[in-house]
Amino acid sequence: MKRFLAVAIILLVFGAAKVPAEHALSLSQQRLRLTGAPLNLELRQQLGQLGFVAAFSGFRAVVADLLFIQAHVAWEETEWGRVLLLFRQATTLQPRSVLFWDMAAWHMGWNASVAAMNDPSQPRPALRVKTQREYLSIARDFLERGIQNNPDRPQLYESLGRLYKEKYNDHLRASEYFAQAARLPGAPSYDKRFAAYELSYCEGREAEAYEALRRLYDLGERERLPTLITRLKVLEEKLSVPPEQRIPETAKAQ
Amino acid sequence: MSDPSQTSTRTDSVPNSSAIESESSAVHRASGSDPKTLTNRSAASSTPSRNSFGYRRFSPRRIATICTNTLTELTRLKVFYFLLLFGLLLIAGSVFLARFSFQQEFQILKDVSLGAMSIFSSLLAIVATARLIPQDIEDRTIYSILAKPVPRFEYLLGRLGGALLLLAIAILAMSALFLTVLYVREHSVLNETARQMASAPAEQTNQALQAVRASGLNPDLVPVIAIIYIKACLLAALTLFVSTFATTNIFTVMVMVFVYFIGHLQGTAREYWLHEHGADWITRVFLAVVALLFPDLQAFNLVDDAALGHAIPLMIFGKIAALGMFYIAVYTAMAGAVFSAKEL
Repeated sequence: MKRFLAVAIILLVFGAAKVPAEHALSLSQQRLRLTGAPLNLELRQQLGQLGFVAAFSGFRAVVADLLFIQAHVAWEETEWGRVLLLFRQATTLQPRSVLFWDMAAWHMGWNASVAAMNDPSQPRPALRVKTQREYLSIARDFLERGIQNNPDRPQLYESLGRLYKEKYNDHLRASEYFAQAARLPGAPSYDKRFAAYELSYCEGREAEAYEALRRLYDLGERERLPTLITRLKVLEEKLSVPPEQRIPETAKAQ
Repeated sequence: MSDPSQTSTRTDSVPNSSAIESESSAVHRASGSDPKTLTNRSAASSTPSRNSFGYRRFSPRRIATICTNTLTELTRLKVFYFLLLFGLLLIAGSVFLARFSFQQEFQILKDVSLGAMSIFSSLLAIVATARLIPQDIEDRTIYSILAKPVPRFEYLLGRLGGALLLLAIAILAMSALFLTVLYVREHSVLNETARQMASAPAEQTNQALQAVRASGLNPDLVPVIAIIYIKACLLAALTLFVSTFATTNIFTVMVMVFVYFIGHLQGTAREYWLHEHGADWITRVFLAVVALLFPDLQAFNLVDDAALGHAIPLMIFGKIAALGMFYIAVYTAMAGAVFSAKEL
């Protein structure tokens, strides 16, 4: 009995020694965003009991993958409500997976919203538009929350820029998000161009856009793509740039 | 009907007597004495490194003998092959789980494979280690071993060493298959991408190929696999500790399953205990007990982030590995303390 008491005391002493080390390690992991989904009732309600237990037994990623695959199947069957629910669960479990946020937004913004507009069961166009807007808003929300969780990855900024460009026709915001993506490490080279293209469509920002496009043009042949030349020529006309300062007419436009 | 494999296991449970006794023979040869009369001069030959009988107090060779024997015994268990087979099947099968874009495919492949390695190595650690002491007591082989000049702590170290070697073999087999599958898929996707982008500008092709390489096989996976192994070793050490006071194999396994689940929630309990001062005292005592007694297994769970391709600094790996070693050392020492007083 004495020995067992001694072992229990040693365990507690060992515990007291290990807790600060564990806490420090946990703080380091939190700083690097390696801690995953927070444990709360909302997550418990979303996942169900078994999913919740599995997720917190070291299989968070596997459970999230299974939910992602289920969402893919639901998409194939065009069950949009289920797609949304499953993507919410998957992104809650794996908030650091850029892919999940991006796919969730793509399904909502490009698939569900288009399906809503072509929904034969809804005879009233106004209600179709309303549903479409709701899906677009959900797509935007996915991307914004994805950015909050992954501020260092350019993909989601780029996707949000594309959403503003193609679905909201908000070129200013699209330009801002493309520019933010371009500033991050690992961003594709076209993000800078996209930011300038989008700015060139904004009323009152033409001069700024012209400067950005011209800077890219001056970088050399690699940047002198047909769209860039077309937008430059449009802006030259709009801004009445003197002929000697314009790009050569021989430059290929789209 | 007795199971032949079990029978062979039992006969092999007694470590090679000649190996353990060889040291004592060497002692006798050196002193030119008959082993039977050795006890009479024990006091005279006692030194800090040898006990009163002239045997080494601590002998890595004796531990190695028990360790090798334990490994042989464990590799003959059917459960080892079943668990390994399930793990390997899951890893190989993850390729066929779903066909998405290459990023999705690689992410799912890594998640499932590393998850399979984690669960099967943990299960193997618990199941293999839980049976060691109760089985030896049931088969009475423990009496044959401890009747020889083998200190109990050495016996435990040897047993644990054997279990850790078994885990190393299982992890190596699963890692080899996982890395091969990932390598083959990556090359197949690289070839496919290069073919599809044959007419695209070189810069775009390079960017696409770089994206495939970044999602596929990368050196960050090696430390993650090492952490999975350390987690399994920690579970083995803890299981050995539990089995020193448990009477049956099944009790140890059940306790360890609970420890496994609680261990993954220990971090949450600890943070709540440290930062939430509004809770009532019963809750705080409960949380303190959980935080102090259980290991933080969630800290070893880097699989989720590694599969996503997030860079995990080596410093973090080092800290986790050090914490794991600390746990293993303490649990083994406590197992030794309990086992040394156990009535056999």
